[in-house]
Amino acid sequence: MKRTTLATVAALALVLAACGSDDAASDTTAAPAATAQTPAECAAGKTIADGTLTIATGDPAYFPYVIDDKPESGEGFEAAVALAVAKQLGFEGDTVTWVRTAFDTVIAPGPKDFDFNLQQFTITDERKQAVDFSDGYYAAPQAVFGLADSAAASATTIADLKGLKIGVAAGTTSVDYVESVIAPESDALIFNDNAAVKVALESNQIDAVVTDLPTALYITGVEIEGTKVFGQIEGSGGDEWGLLLAKDSTLTECVNLALAALTTSGELETITTTWMSEFTDAPLIKS
Amino acid sequence: MPGTRRAAFDRRQRRRSALVAGVSTIVAVAALIVLVPLAPGWDKVRESFFDVDEFRSALPQLWRPFLLNLRVFVICTPLIMIVGMLVALARNVRSPALYPLRLFATIYTDVVRGVPVILWISLIGLGVPGLFQERAWYSKGIVWGSVALVMCYSAYVAEVFRAGIIGIHESQRAAARSLGLSTGQTMRSVILPQAVRRVVPPLMNDVVSLQKDVALLSVIGAVEALRRANVIVAKTFDFTALVAAAVLFLCVSIPLTRLADHLLVRQIRRSSGTAVR
Repeated sequence: MKRTTLATVAALALVLAACGSDDAASDTTAAPAATAQTPAECAAGKTIADGTLTIATGDPAYFPYVIDDKPESGEGFEAAVALAVAKQLGFEGDTVTWVRTAFDTVIAPGPKDFDFNLQQFTITDERKQAVDFSDGYYAAPQAVFGLADSAAASATTIADLKGLKIGVAAGTTSVDYVESVIAPESDALIFNDNAAVKVALESNQIDAVVTDLPTALYITGVEIEGTKVFGQIEGSGGDEWGLLLAKDSTLTECVNLALAALTTSGELETITTTWMSEFTDAPLIKS
Repeated sequence: MPGTRRAAFDRRQRRRSALVAGVSTIVAVAALIVLVPLAPGWDKVRESFFDVDEFRSALPQLWRPFLLNLRVFVICTPLIMIVGMLVALARNVRSPALYPLRLFATIYTDVVRGVPVILWISLIGLGVPGLFQERAWYSKGIVWGSVALVMCYSAYVAEVFRAGIIGIHESQRAAARSLGLSTGQTMRSVILPQAVRRVVPPLMNDVVSLQKDVALLSVIGAVEALRRANVIVAKTFDFTALVAAAVLFLCVSIPLTRLADHLLVRQIRRSSGTAVR
């Protein structure tokens, strides 16, 4: 009896995980019709400090999400998204306050000292037990990086990648992506971790590495000198990032309204292109 | 003399012990079959380790990577035997002029055996290819990973050969020399033929062990059977692929182990000298 229950729970969790993103998407489209109010009307009086919107991010916040650790400027992908959402909710300039938080404490249950928080939180069902998430504002795509003088540097389509020797780190979604979508002519090498991938790049065992864009940006920007992101692969978005709010926050639906409005107006896409593609110099690789 | 009372007694004894062995085996196997599924987590374990459909879909995917294991194994084994024999000979040179050779061989076996195989493979397989600029067969990680395997196993095998050489009685050497054979001739035609025959069973142990250790090449990016199984597991969250990989390894190692056992028994029978040839 107990065993069957466990199996059912496990199966259910899998099903939920599989369709989590779809749910989020349908919420977005359904919400405005049902409530028929603007995000600003919705948010009125619901913030933790009356008349101000308190937004939280990491300490420090990094490139390209927040430039120079100054989110107030609106420079950087998440800073821009946050201020755009704030504007939709009716807050601008002095009425927006920024606070800093540590990643781990934020996803724990309990009261929050911010209205919403963004620092690349992936939406997961497990985390949803403890906190609220808005609909996704970004789905990290697969990206290609390597040494700046690599043959892969000029790739503009997936077909250009097929002839290359590609390396991936084991246990990531990129392994499956490389093998099933890129399907390189010569088998991809699969390494235990990014350290081994780095050595393989440097010793000319591989032309390029495939990983998700945030990891690629981090590795090329911080970890391995002389490397460069060659591009992000169009339509390869995976895990979604959401704005994080306190569990059962009344503001969650308002934030979703704001995100829906930004999506409809194309503003979210403009912000994404500006900061995650043009600014990071990671052009689209066409599928 | 089949008719004697002694022969009849022996027959009865043999039949009795065969019966006891048979019954106790059946009891042990039955206990396994009955008891393991009684474990509270058995259903979940069976689902995630012994899923028949998963096994069927994993096995064909593992076959091609497993050929890589076999290729490395087949190429490395003779190289290991040759290098191992050379190192063993170097450790046995008696001429004072060649002492540096002996010293070097001793240091080689000590240092190589003193570091885990997986560490040698990481160091050489990831490190040495960086010395080359162009991409050629000799700059591949898998080649240098195999070199690391040959290095480690030749050190093990050298010790086995050396034990065999030392184990030949000094009188053999003395007899050969008194017949006028040189040191080299003595080694080649008298010592080695006896020594090698004696160490074949322990050598086979190392060969079986090598066949499994080829899987360590996965640390340098080579997609061999174990790595492929891990990739399948990461995708399906079902561990049956690992069991399928284990079955493939067993397909090679069990026949090898049986062969080693057979050789050992044959040798004991020969050296205990019932039939003089």
